[in-house]
Amino acid sequence: MTGRDGRIVVVGASLAGLRAAETLRDEGFTGSLTVVGEERHEPYDRPPLSKQVLLGRVPPDHVALPARRPVDADWRLGVRATGLDLEKRLVRLSDGADLPFDRLLVATGVRARPWPDEAQAALDGVVGVRTLEDARGLLERLEAGPRRVLVIGAGFTGSEMASVCRERGLDVVVAERGGAPLIGALGGVLAEVAADIQRAHGVDLRCGVTVTALEGDGRGRLARARLSDGAALEVDVAVVALGAVRNTEWLAGSGLAAGPRGVACDAGCHAFDLNGVVTDDVFVAGDVARFPHPVYEYQLLALEHWGNAVAQAEVAAHNMVSPGVRKRPHLSLPAFWSSQFGVNIKSLGVPSFADEVAVVQGSVEERRFVAVYGYQGRVTAAVAFDQAMWLDFYGRLIEAAAPFPPGFDTVGRPGKPEVLPADVPDPAVLSHGPTVAVTGHLPDERRVTLLRPPG
Amino acid sequence: MTTETLLRRITDYGNRADPYPLYEELRATPVARQEDGTRLVGTYREILHLLHDPRISSDLRNRRHRERAAPDDEDDQGLPPAFLKLDPPAHDRMRRLFMRHFGPPHSPRRVSALGEELPGIITGLVDGLAGRNRIDVVDDFAYPFPVTVICRLLGVPREDEPRFHVWADAVVASIDPGPEENPGERRRAGQQAKAEMGLYMSGLMADRRGSPRDDMLSGLVNDDIADSGVEPVELVTNSVLLFVAGHETTVNLIANGMLTLLRNPEVLADLRAAPAAMPQAVEELLRFEPPVHMLTQRTPLTDVEIAGVVIPEGVPLSLVLASGNRDPQRFTDPDRFDPWRPDNQHLGFGGGVHGCFGAPLARLEAQLALTELIRRLDSPRLAADPPEYRRNPVLRGPRRLLVDFDGMRP
Ligand SMILES: Cc1cc2nc3c(=O)[nH]c(=O)nc-3n(C[C@H](O)[C@H](O)[C@H](O)COP(=O)(O)OP(=O)(O)OC[C@H]3O[C@@H](n4cnc5c(N)ncnc54)[C@H](O)[C@@H]3O)c2cc1C
Ligand code: HEM
Repeated sequence: MTGRDGRIVVVGASLAGLRAAETLRDEGFTGSLTVVGEERHEPYDRPPLSKQVLLGRVPPDHVALPARRPVDADWRLGVRATGLDLEKRLVRLSDGADLPFDRLLVATGVRARPWPDEAQAALDGVVGVRTLEDARGLLERLEAGPRRVLVIGAGFTGSEMASVCRERGLDVVVAERGGAPLIGALGGVLAEVAADIQRAHGVDLRCGVTVTALEGDGRGRLARARLSDGAALEVDVAVVALGAVRNTEWLAGSGLAAGPRGVACDAGCHAFDLNGVVTDDVFVAGDVARFPHPVYEYQLLALEHWGNAVAQAEVAAHNMVSPGVRKRPHLSLPAFWSSQFGVNIKSLGVPSFADEVAVVQGSVEERRFVAVYGYQGRVTAAVAFDQAMWLDFYGRLIEAAAPFPPGFDTVGRPGKPEVLPADVPDPAVLSHGPTVAVTGHLPDERRVTLLRPPG
Repeated sequence: MTTETLLRRITDYGNRADPYPLYEELRATPVARQEDGTRLVGTYREILHLLHDPRISSDLRNRRHRERAAPDDEDDQGLPPAFLKLDPPAHDRMRRLFMRHFGPPHSPRRVSALGEELPGIITGLVDGLAGRNRIDVVDDFAYPFPVTVICRLLGVPREDEPRFHVWADAVVASIDPGPEENPGERRRAGQQAKAEMGLYMSGLMADRRGSPRDDMLSGLVNDDIADSGVEPVELVTNSVLLFVAGHETTVNLIANGMLTLLRNPEVLADLRAAPAAMPQAVEELLRFEPPVHMLTQRTPLTDVEIAGVVIPEGVPLSLVLASGNRDPQRFTDPDRFDPWRPDNQHLGFGGGVHGCFGAPLARLEAQLALTELIRRLDSPRLAADPPEYRRNPVLRGPRRLLVDFDGMRP
């Protein structure tokens, strides 16, 4: 078996799985390729599900991912992988079949974290947003004109849901445990801006509270929600947006380093086994992966970002068919966008990896600005509200470990920016690892150089 | 020869027909300092980075050495600069206001509605050429077509176009960076022309206040700008910008397009057989023979290091788009015209916040015009190659493009 032939199995037929399959064929893989996916659908795109689809602008059956090229593969859709036997090199399937492989890609992503109480979760009107079915159901409910919608959790998905409701003219309450929306992703300073935007758009935003119970009307329909501050709200729909759970249960007992936080792998996408030794033939990509990023002191990052799923799938596929010297690291900076309340938010780098933040371009009052995040005197992230066109520049600063705060004038914003504490929820994750720079532009040249040893 | 004289040699009219060897020389030096202090940048990646760099200003008032600066004309007359020459946030405010009347989300139908009128305009012009065996693609077609379109877009009466023609020529001549001839004279003539255009444009706008028609000027004067911080006089200078930017460039794209297709008869035959490929061919034209060869208005606000070289604060900086478009580090076989080139992210429309405002319209105009020209002209061939070029090295294109043909197809 050489790199270009043999049997490859991809588990997970969504964004990462599809892009990996395409890249494998692009890179000249001529062997047999099988893609296993639990969902019955052809691979589809999730970002529109919480945006255009719920606004009625894109019909739910128009979200298939565009194919970049034809892929000669055996697509096993509607079939779940139930186990992995590394010794026999078999993937066990829910239809009873065993699928032999020479190389395996794990791309099983995440699912919506369910409402913890099963009986309450089963009430008619309690919904999540992850799959096409979820979006279809939710669209129907929103079109029926509910009197009031409750969104539980104000992360990106929850905030986008609130935006959709307001755009549809629906009353919406958002309940968030933290001090402000998006606080986990963007830190306190920008989260306050997000809170202002929500309130200005008529969202009934309640922060620092949790939803303690969802109650039915006695006939199985959702009627009421109780909050930790004692409030009781009459609601017809509750959208559960409490984040995600990694789809790793099928790997339990396989010997891979798989758990609730994802499947750990190296920067070349090779999965770690339980002992922390890299495997040769098992690869990971997309939302299910946890990988070390040199720019972030080699900490293992688990990202739920569309762009990461694509980039990582491409690197994994490349490495699956390339000999050692030709392998590539997955070094792209984390990037994420969201559209809500008419604002296009884009983030580059890891904003929670920060101790300080400064607005360097535009103005917060106009809600058009770029904020740069710094950690121990170097730039680690940048977030733009309606100013995404500038972010590539800040990406280069991040990759060069450029000094923070930036000391230069920018168009329309002369003078030194005001530096504020980043106010990220869990600074405990920060450590004192080495500082590196990412260099090179073409995929084959991108490498890391050490700038400052830990100290 | 030294790279210090590159700008002089690029501007030298003798090199107008083929500046590309000079660009190759330029790319050997990431930042080429010129005798007058101007820095030229000609490699793709560096240009792209500088276009998106917030430390780079488009506002000439940030140049340290005023005497070296390109003409800062509006300033002299107390007229505000058009948004092409402003930095954010003033630039963004004005561009957004104009975009409200040009593209999505507020005016999603503007370009497509205009697009429906384009075939009629084109057919009219081409029909008018019947019975001849030689045409000048520039004067007979490439010029009148986009002018008609931009008049229609803004709401400028077509009969007044000859006046605009003279004004626009004067404005374009005034931005010629060449040292030859009398720059002071050209500058004054350009300012004079802009002032006259402005007066004329204000007149058109006044007619539309309160009695809107289906055109952009009507939309602009009747928009509520009360709390946008925009002065009515800015609507005038920017409408003039749109008028000038909206056709000088498109003329070159169409003329360069015909020239390139006639130099590549196999491609012409392919496109005639498969007109659906014309959009890609136009993108390749924007790479291969871009109508705007360089952006001469940039100034760093602070010392900026690029490719290991520092461009000092306040010096004139020119981004040579046409050179970046031929950078072999970015495009394989860059000197080949190949409409089927994959991943053709050319620099023809610039990029970043100042990236071409009119690109969707310009693309549509060029696609329809070239498709129809090659469909109708029977056995077209160049009567002179290279053709006679205009003086301007920035907005570079043929002054005349004589084409012989056997007849006009229906
Ligand atoms: C509503 C919504 C909005 C989003 N918006 C944005 C956005 O604006 N910007 C952005 O950057 N990102 C956004 N994302 C995130 C983005 O969609 C994900 O990063 C991306 O889908 C990850 O792709 P993936 O292939 O890794 O995982 P997934 O898309 O989760 O796919 C995993 C697939 O594997 C299947 N699977 C799981 N277990 C098994 C098994 N045992 N056997 C077989 N198949 C299995 C699953 O059914 C699923 O189809 C959004 C996500 C959602 C849900
Ligand atoms: C083929 C035709 C065209 C080409 C090659 C072209 C090219 C360009 C380029 C390179 C820029 C960037 C200038 C800079 O960064 O300094 C630009 C800006 C601009 N173009 Fe075009 N253009 C074309 C047609 C048009 C048309 C048809 C219009 C109007 C309808 C137009 C209006 C503008 C305006 C207003 C700007 C300034 C944008 C800003 O500063 O934000 N252009 N164009």
